[in-house]
Amino acid sequence: MPSQRLIEMLVGLFLLFAIFSLAVLAFKVSGLTNLFPTKSYAVTAAFDDIGGLKIRSPIKIGGVQVGEVSNIALDSQLFKAIVTMRINDQYNNIPNDSSAGIYTSGLLGDNYIAITPMYSKTVLKEGSTIEFTNSAMVLEKLIGQFIYKIGNSGNDKGEKNANAQ
Amino acid sequence: MSWIATLGRSGMDSIRELGKSGILLYRILFYPPNIRKGFPLVVQQVYMEGVLSLLIIIVSGLFIGMVLALQGYHTLAKFGASQQLGPLVALSVTRELGPVVTAILFAGRAGSAVTAEIALMKVTEQLSSMEMMAVDPLRRIISPRFWGGFISIPLLTLIFNVVAIYGAYLVGVRWLGLDAGVFWSNMQSSVEFHSDIVNGIIKSIVFGVAVTWIALVQGYFAIPTSAGIASATTRSVVYASLVVLGLDFILTAMMIGEW
Amino acid sequence: MQKNLVEISHMSFSHENGKPVFDDVDIVIPSGKITAIMGPSGTGKTTLLRLIGGQLIPSQGKIVVAGQTIHQLSSRALYKLRKRMGMLFQASGLFTQLNVFENVAFALREHTNLSESMIHTLVMLKLQMVGLRGAAYMEPTALSGGMARRVALARAIALDPDLIMYDEPFTGQDPISMGILVRLIRTLNEALGLTSVIVSHDVQEALSIADHVYVISNKKIIGSGTPKEILDNSSRQLQQFIQGLPDGPVPFDYPANSMEQDFL
Repeated sequence: MPSQRLIEMLVGLFLLFAIFSLAVLAFKVSGLTNLFPTKSYAVTAAFDDIGGLKIRSPIKIGGVQVGEVSNIALDSQLFKAIVTMRINDQYNNIPNDSSAGIYTSGLLGDNYIAITPMYSKTVLKEGSTIEFTNSAMVLEKLIGQFIYKIGNSGNDKGEKNANAQ
Repeated sequence: MSWIATLGRSGMDSIRELGKSGILLYRILFYPPNIRKGFPLVVQQVYMEGVLSLLIIIVSGLFIGMVLALQGYHTLAKFGASQQLGPLVALSVTRELGPVVTAILFAGRAGSAVTAEIALMKVTEQLSSMEMMAVDPLRRIISPRFWGGFISIPLLTLIFNVVAIYGAYLVGVRWLGLDAGVFWSNMQSSVEFHSDIVNGIIKSIVFGVAVTWIALVQGYFAIPTSAGIASATTRSVVYASLVVLGLDFILTAMMIGEW
Repeated sequence: MQKNLVEISHMSFSHENGKPVFDDVDIVIPSGKITAIMGPSGTGKTTLLRLIGGQLIPSQGKIVVAGQTIHQLSSRALYKLRKRMGMLFQASGLFTQLNVFENVAFALREHTNLSESMIHTLVMLKLQMVGLRGAAYMEPTALSGGMARRVALARAIALDPDLIMYDEPFTGQDPISMGILVRLIRTLNEALGLTSVIVSHDVQEALSIADHVYVISNKKIIGSGTPKEILDNSSRQLQQFIQGLPDGPVPFDYPANSMEQDFL
């Protein structure tokens, strides 16, 4: 067994290597950009259906991330999903009549909230609520609508034909 | 009918063994340690268990990363999804392969060494002599080896992860010609620090406790004969590996259900 | 110092698996003397040393060491009492990662705050007493069996204990090592005012240096007294052991079926 000094050196190097690995994993592999929580304010919005939205899902304006979802709860009176969003303090001039919609990134990707800014002079601050919301588009509903439309236009044609005869 | 009695007796023996192991762990964790005297011992054990395992961890990590990239590329290319190779490798390694393979390799290399060492000290009555000299072998021999393993395994896992991903980079970008920018940026957008990397580290800590605990228990309670040492050593590796795989399933289920 | 360093009264002990080892045994170890405990192998002589050292707890009875009931002590008090005892194991029990010097210095480093030079002097002193000062920096694996035992002895006396216990010290030794060990046990006992307990089944050597002898067989004491008294004792059991007769109260044949059953 080598001397105590050498052992301590080697253990120190080992630790260094591991910390370096952690840093690589954090920044290069997972793209961690903000280690320290940036100051943000909370805004709520009510949705009929949040689809696959999760806590930590991004909030984007014009495609740029401005915050993330911090809490999702069900309003037991109105049966709507109350989503609490934390928006970074630097984006403090969002009009309070803006609308929030849940979209999907890519075709089958994760859900995120996109805020479409409007014209009001009053801005969102801590505790504000976004009134206008669009729920997530659930694939099954879309397909159902599509099939129904096709079925209807087929029936309409059939009726027209039957009436014409 | 006597097989019921035998079954019952072996069941009770197993429970007693589990109890003895639990008491040992309790004493390791909760009896007040002597920081000044204990720290150099722990450092020594981090060297013996961690530093000396670096070779096998790095080599295994490199090859596993390279093979993952090779196999992954050929399958993904069929779907035209070869730019997802980065995320494939990174997620597989940080979530599963990193913690599990590191723990199993550690059990084989360092766990068996610890078991054999302690069992041998038991046979040659070194533990008894220490007791009779009024030195607690638990504090001096067992406890440092526990903390050595507890500290080493997460560190080794981090190193394994990085080396494996680097191996995949070598194969994917340098050899198979994927674009480096696409490789890394897709990886970054798919790998989430908290749910993937941190969870992987949590897994490695849990595995670390399990593997080290099993190694110590098998050594401490080994039958003091040469056959006893041999069977204790093999049992240590086998139990530790099985427990790691079982715990991995449980932890993964908990983590996917987001705790 | 009190007259008897160790007093064992009405002690019974069984192993974890239920096998009884001692049944209502009384043993007295007088201070300053060498007491030998002998008996056929497997009668639990090593167990007795463990009981005296507090590593095992008797099922019944009392073991009093230096005025304290050892199996009722708290761990701190137990460890304090153990510093006054030294034990020489059959397998020497030397720490394989440390060299000879460090082995002997172990107890000094753990239990005292003496300076390096003091420790150095003490270690060399103890090694000199056993005649191995020149081997101070050898590794335990490089020592012969007899030398390892002497180093273990030096280690056992490092803290100048009151009681020293020898577990089968004469077993497997060549005549010269045997002679060395016998001489060492005797001189150390007198020079350091120790109380020595020797557990052995080597009748000749043990009787040659013991002041007092106990013979244990089949869970009980079958003889006690000075060596001369033991030799003169007419009990058949005792005589079979002392003279090493192959057959007698301890039979030659292991219990078996009758001859007809096995041979016809």
